[in-house]
Amino acid sequence: MMQWLPEDVSPYGGSIDALFYFIYYITAAAFILVTALMIIFLYQYRRNDSRRAVYTHGHSGLELVWTIVPALVFIGLGLASKSIWEEVKLNVPETDIEIRVTGKQFNWEVLYPGPDGEFETADDYQVDNDIHVPVGKPVRVFLGSKDVIHSLFMPNLRFKQDMLPGRQIEAWFQADKAGTYEAPCAELCGFGHSGMKGTLYVDTPEDYAAWYDKRWPPAETNGSDASAAETSEEVLASGAVMDAETMPEAEAEPAATEEEAASTEDIPADSAAQEATE
Amino acid sequence: MSEAGATAAHDAHAEHHELGFIRTYIFSTDHKMIGRQFLFASILMLVVGGLLAMMMRWELAWPETAVPFTSWISEPFMYPADEDSTVGAVEGLSEYVDPYPGANFAKSLGSVGGAHMDPAFYNSVFTMHATIMIFFVVMPFMVGGFGNFLIPLMIGAGDMAFPVLNMLSFWTAVPATIMIVYSFFVEGGAAAGGWTMYATLSADPTLSGVDTGADLWVISLLILGVSSLMGAINYITTVVNMRAPGMTWFRMPLVIWSLFVTAILLLLALPVLTAALGMLLFDRTMGTSFFMPGGGGEPILWQHLFWFFGHPEVYILVLPAMGVTSDILSTFSRKPIFGYKAMAFSMIALAFLSWIVWGHHMFVSGMNPVLGTAFMLTTMVIAVPSAIKTFNWLGTLWGGNIRFTSPMLFALGFVSNFVIGGLSGIYMASTPVDIFIHDTYFIVAHFHYVVAGIIFGMFAALYYWFPKIFGRMMNETLGKVHFALTYIFFNCAFFPMHFLGVAGHMRRIYNPLQYEFLYDVQWWNVFITMSAFCLGLSQLIFFANFIWSLIAGKKADKNPWEANTLEWTAPSPPGHGNFETTPTVYRGPYEYSSPLVKEDWLPQDRKLGPEAATASQ
Repeated sequence: MMQWLPEDVSPYGGSIDALFYFIYYITAAAFILVTALMIIFLYQYRRNDSRRAVYTHGHSGLELVWTIVPALVFIGLGLASKSIWEEVKLNVPETDIEIRVTGKQFNWEVLYPGPDGEFETADDYQVDNDIHVPVGKPVRVFLGSKDVIHSLFMPNLRFKQDMLPGRQIEAWFQADKAGTYEAPCAELCGFGHSGMKGTLYVDTPEDYAAWYDKRWPPAETNGSDASAAETSEEVLASGAVMDAETMPEAEAEPAATEEEAASTEDIPADSAAQEATE
Repeated sequence: MSEAGATAAHDAHAEHHELGFIRTYIFSTDHKMIGRQFLFASILMLVVGGLLAMMMRWELAWPETAVPFTSWISEPFMYPADEDSTVGAVEGLSEYVDPYPGANFAKSLGSVGGAHMDPAFYNSVFTMHATIMIFFVVMPFMVGGFGNFLIPLMIGAGDMAFPVLNMLSFWTAVPATIMIVYSFFVEGGAAAGGWTMYATLSADPTLSGVDTGADLWVISLLILGVSSLMGAINYITTVVNMRAPGMTWFRMPLVIWSLFVTAILLLLALPVLTAALGMLLFDRTMGTSFFMPGGGGEPILWQHLFWFFGHPEVYILVLPAMGVTSDILSTFSRKPIFGYKAMAFSMIALAFLSWIVWGHHMFVSGMNPVLGTAFMLTTMVIAVPSAIKTFNWLGTLWGGNIRFTSPMLFALGFVSNFVIGGLSGIYMASTPVDIFIHDTYFIVAHFHYVVAGIIFGMFAALYYWFPKIFGRMMNETLGKVHFALTYIFFNCAFFPMHFLGVAGHMRRIYNPLQYEFLYDVQWWNVFITMSAFCLGLSQLIFFANFIWSLIAGKKADKNPWEANTLEWTAPSPPGHGNFETTPTVYRGPYEYSSPLVKEDWLPQDRKLGPEAATASQ
């Protein structure tokens, strides 16, 4: 009974699961109470032509009881939910690990900022469907979409957030146990929705360092800005090309909705290109 | 008021002359015939929607295998089965599928005219299943069918306030129905964006690959909205103006209360849907950008508009079933309804609160999390009137003298399902829990217990009023067998969906075996599918009973259930004008087992001696 939910490896998943089981016990008790009463009444008061039904139109006291008791239970549940919701959604921990995940029919486009910690620079690394994060560290994730609404769902992290075209949504997660986890799309996004998924690699510190060093060899990153331009062709091909062509779309639209000058649409592309050449 | 009454009386008088076949059975202005028309149309669509569900269930239990009896569907939707297509054909997965008893059955049945389903067509199938079940089955059955039939009869009126508008309401629904079915046959197939049609997937034909089909979906619902609006205006006017003498508001049966409140919700909610659909149609066909961010639009605006309509819509669907249940429970418990006013006011409370909870569909949509908390609290509040209703139903059973007729069994089934559906709603009302279960089968389980559970209310209503509508009784034994099988298989089909959802099984996926974390729960999918097939097959008993009873059922007398409400004082079926003389109402609708009379029912229109009259309410 307690293994219904998939394994939880997140810092806040425990509270969510506890709330789930709390609601489970309340609803189970309510269900048993109502069903038992119903069965008892149906048996006890089955047709018997030798007696008459009780002639009553109700009972104000009872009405009050079954109005107030559920109301108190629901208010309690609401308050419990509110505090956990805030813990998950509003108290975002400080972190220097950031990634950007962009949904597109039918893949997750994952963008890593690289050693400089900035997106849309030459040392960015972009790959489809592979999300690498270190174990036990909060990760800030910027979610967007290129076409339709997707939803990044990581069952083992109790994480789900829709991704909207034209907007970037900031969220966070943390995985406390190394391993690989599936990260499917949970919002209908077209004919390829079924099967749209990525893999979350939660790496041990050693594995993460190995993955990181393979991507950004330490010798080159030491030189900071100067060496950042000297990236491999792969990075240029993926990161820089994306900067110039694809990201402006996603970036420009929220700017436009905020009624800023239409010319801002070009800025991300320009600045990205500038940074890349510096 | 007097004018409307006079018009109806005049019509009733004028139409005593023989009407031709066409004016009697096709373009009829008689509310009873229009009710029957809605009833037959929705039962027909129930078959369509049910068969779509069967196709879906096959795909989920035995993904990517041949679906039997579908080879007649043309190429872009279904592909011919090849020789080596077997269950568990997905590489290395047979161990998760083969051990379960369905596998061999599926293998052999899939070879009977089987064809493979295209994933895009699967999306069309579930989109149309939901659209048809909500807009073309439950709404026309309960609101169109029973709303029409019952309102004038139960308030003691000769007909609706606007009989011609009533006829137009039905004949506007017909092209909408034809259009939604026809959309399967256009190039690209039917709409595939889910019944919620979230933008941007729905707003740009190139994103979903469905062009004309989705346009037809939008236009069909626009037309249907006009039909419902005409019905709503008619119902409200009729209930306000045409109640028989003595039929005060608090002497109205609860089913009339529920239909009245539903009509108000329809009147207020449909314009919102119409506006949203209009914008969607412009985005799709004329290049506007209401929902497309590229042109300054906002995809989440669609969700706000859709659910602002969509949540009252849920109560439009469920309120009439609640009303029907209240009437039937009281009648067959031979007891006044427990807490009549609490029941009426809780329906009003549900209707009012249904306007401020829409955001609970959008907790993870990208809406501000603070707003999520606000919507969670309103949602917790709306659970209270639902609880009040449930306890009052229990109170009605307490101390009764319960007759287990088929309508009573179905009404009890509705209560039982509504309890489960209501309780499972608490999980998703809680914002943190909803993060996990949103868009999973837990949601699917929840809304099937509520919305598909309405089918128990529908059957209860049909078994109960069948004698009044068609003048014949349905077979009770077959009715009870139908109930038992439907109740068992309904729960076997929908309850395990909770388990799938808790395991993280997403909605709207066509092959669960594409996900490793779902391997271990796949056998529930097989179990659900087998139960769903049994549920579908059990309905054959109903159809046999329905058709046989229509033709050769035992003739019904005026009041076969010994019930109190006014429709039972009219002939079965009632003629034009319904009542020979307008009834006068002396009391509430639920005076069962009253000490004033020897028998255990006391019709609303029976006049008692002076001393008894003052004692009754």
